[in-house]
Amino acid sequence: MPAPTGRRLAVAERWAHLIGIMTTRAARIETLIRQHFAPVQLRVADDSALHAGHAGAQPGGETHYTVLVVSPAFQGQTRIARSRAVHALLDAEFQTGLHALALTLRTPEEQARATGA
Amino acid sequence: MANPVFDRIQSDISDNSVMLYMKGTAMFPQCGFSARVVQILSHMGVPFKTANVLEDAELRDGIKQFSNWPTIPQLYVAGEFVGGCDIVTEMFQSGELKTALEEKGVPVANG
Repeated sequence: MPAPTGRRLAVAERWAHLIGIMTTRAARIETLIRQHFAPVQLRVADDSALHAGHAGAQPGGETHYTVLVVSPAFQGQTRIARSRAVHALLDAEFQTGLHALALTLRTPEEQARATGA
Repeated sequence: MANPVFDRIQSDISDNSVMLYMKGTAMFPQCGFSARVVQILSHMGVPFKTANVLEDAELRDGIKQFSNWPTIPQLYVAGEFVGGCDIVTEMFQSGELKTALEEKGVPVANG
């Protein structure tokens, strides 16, 4: 007879796994970026359908994404450093079939300049 | 430096001022992102060399580890990693790419 705590833990783990496989990759990307960069603007687009049949595409899709993050967290960081921070955050997604990630990573000031606002 | 392909990459990026790791060739790119970087470099009239990662699984994995960058294409100028398609495009649009190339002694025919 396993200890109740152990069993409760096992149940929790099973739920976590289920939630993990039930969410879309886009939703996971969005959640991770929100938690990590506290963006003032965030857009995650799943472009996988546009790439169906191409190299890197998979039958279930969820391979190609375009992401815009506007966050003060990018202040003072080079373009490469910003992208690397996002890549590192999404490492588990790259390990599980994320193939292409088009990134636009701006500070609020850069975004204002870019959009002429 | 455990990966033997690192030596090859190191000599490629040292010997070629502008080196592009891509999918397909400059003539026949096999990915839209690679095609865009080829288009930018060609438009600028910059001489560049390419390596096709689709023909070489070791290189395809190796270049990602070498640069600590998970996607292709990857552009190197004077031995330094510049970025992938998004960064190259942004730098081209802002004029920074021209400056960066010229600073490294690469002639740019067209801004």
